[in-house]
Amino acid sequence: MAKDTLYNKVWDLHKVTTLPNGQDQLFIGLHLVHEVTTPQAFAAIRESGSTVPFPKRTFSTEDHIIPTDNQAHPYSDPQAELMSATLAKNVKEYNIPFFGTDSGKQGIVHVIGPELGLTRPGMTIACGDSHTSTHGAFGSLAFGIGTSQVGLVLQTQTLALTPFKVRRINFNGTLTGGLTAKDVILKIIQTLGVNGGIGYAYEFGGEVFDNMSMEGRLTVCNMSIEGGARIGYVNPDQTTFDYIEGREYAPKGAEWDSSLAYWKSIASGDDAEYDDVVNFHTDDLSPMVTWGITPAQSVGVNDTLPASDSQITQEAYTYMKFKPRTPIKDIPINVAFIGSCTNSRIEDMREAAKILDGKQVSASVKTLVVPGSQQVKKQAEAEGLDKIFKAAGAEWREAGCSMCLAMNPDKLIGDQVCASTSNRNFMGRQGSTTGRTLLMSPGMAAAAAIAGKVIDVRELLV
Amino acid sequence: MIISSVSGTAVSVPGNDLDTDRVVPARFLKEITFDNMGNYLFYDVRFDDKQNPKEHPLNDLDRKDASVMVVNKNFGCGSSREHAPQAIMRYGFKAIIGESFAEIFAGNCHQIGIPVVTVSAEDCLVIQALVNEDASLQLNIDLEKMTVQVGTFFFEIEMPKSRRDSFLKGTWSVLELLKSNKEKINNTHKTLPYSF
Repeated sequence: MAKDTLYNKVWDLHKVTTLPNGQDQLFIGLHLVHEVTTPQAFAAIRESGSTVPFPKRTFSTEDHIIPTDNQAHPYSDPQAELMSATLAKNVKEYNIPFFGTDSGKQGIVHVIGPELGLTRPGMTIACGDSHTSTHGAFGSLAFGIGTSQVGLVLQTQTLALTPFKVRRINFNGTLTGGLTAKDVILKIIQTLGVNGGIGYAYEFGGEVFDNMSMEGRLTVCNMSIEGGARIGYVNPDQTTFDYIEGREYAPKGAEWDSSLAYWKSIASGDDAEYDDVVNFHTDDLSPMVTWGITPAQSVGVNDTLPASDSQITQEAYTYMKFKPRTPIKDIPINVAFIGSCTNSRIEDMREAAKILDGKQVSASVKTLVVPGSQQVKKQAEAEGLDKIFKAAGAEWREAGCSMCLAMNPDKLIGDQVCASTSNRNFMGRQGSTTGRTLLMSPGMAAAAAIAGKVIDVRELLV
Repeated sequence: MIISSVSGTAVSVPGNDLDTDRVVPARFLKEITFDNMGNYLFYDVRFDDKQNPKEHPLNDLDRKDASVMVVNKNFGCGSSREHAPQAIMRYGFKAIIGESFAEIFAGNCHQIGIPVVTVSAEDCLVIQALVNEDASLQLNIDLEKMTVQVGTFFFEIEMPKSRRDSFLKGTWSVLELLKSNKEKINNTHKTLPYSF
């Protein structure tokens, strides 16, 4: 049993009671809502005549189904239009704040939470979305839930949960040119497996995380769930506090001081005990690329694909149409997608722009750059990044989840290969039942877009 | 509702790391109710582009009335979409046996009253082989004894104690239980060092 970790302290503070079945009833301090996983929950509340007792602890936006080319209503897809209208109606009826496209604050729920200052250290955060783990970057316990549980949070602000074990993941060394947070998390998943984190909260620490920006920490925590860990977090530090200060919902004045004291108090202590500890070092790290159908099926960009020695690798080779023991480098791509809750923040946009500046994407590659929020878009445009993308031949879109899961019109066609900064390379994930996804960092995706094939981004940095 | 056992025939859906995008592809999540989800179960691996059935265990007409699905390791990984267990339930399944399950998926199943039980990797393969041999083979998952009977064979099953208790006591739907602690919830709300 872990002791004196951030997990223990935050959990205990939010524990309402122990339930007769042995589970804990946990108070959810911040609930985030989007259009896809909530209509059934609101419908059930309405049917039962129930209420939402803490509407100020829920915030909503639309991200999954929103088009990124033309966001004027009605959307071209009538199902998406109905879904959007249903969310707007539901949150209005229950007095839940809504960040729609006319607010200037709409975006992917895991991008806008942090940028609005809603996500802060020491919170419990739930959302009907597995990538809620993202918010753990601030030192919160944040996790995805299903629609029935969304209904429980709306009606009681609590959930029945079984306590987690805590695995400390130390990553030491330095991320030198071309290496990013995306490579760090892909390496961790490659090593511990897609189910290695089941039952665990992952605590990320070590030199790499001490020196990592909030954007980088968000990328790592985002993909905790791809390693099976429902929760991933980084202890809050000065980097965290500096990021939060001055944001719209951040505490101000005396409240800032008391918040800061609280945030400092919940970090894992020096004598924290963990259920498991795993160590990594950047000496073993190179830019990572997935080649298969799970996020653990990755290799360093200069490595060759593994032998086909298990059911899941065989299945992956059949689907991906690649050959065992061949290099990942030089695999041709048809599409590059830079976006998603993993890599659509301002730093990701800058990383991609740095590579694309003054270059042209290959004529054979459709390149989509999709900012994670309206605020990211605005900031990127203020920095002139949009001009770099457009001059390079990439499309600069409106904010949304886009081609990460293709619930909007942005989809792969046929068996196209996509260099994607998203989080899942599952079969059919990007909207075509035969589409193929190679997960990588924004810099690597931009480099692939230019070359028309997988290359080592470091070749463009010298 | 007390759920102490699940009986019926079974179908085995093999494969490790079978994700919820495969259980229900994302494009079907654009519906605002779960009503039709049963029709979309494993859609892209069951049907081709022209909606013709492909070779898939669920397309075996002898198994269309199966109540139990037998799966392998890390079933239900990926997205938190409850559409996945809803599709499984609405198709007609009442329980799932597997080597292991992704956490959010297992929690979603529990929430809607679908017992998800684990068996050893070895037993899992044996059960799948027995099921594959005989579409009419009867299974009985017994949550009191924590066994599954497959034809004439018995295997030990596992499930977290809190979940098992809630099925045996009929308290797996926790809404009323959570609501009943209203005062304690309000107290926690008031003591939290943050608000919005």
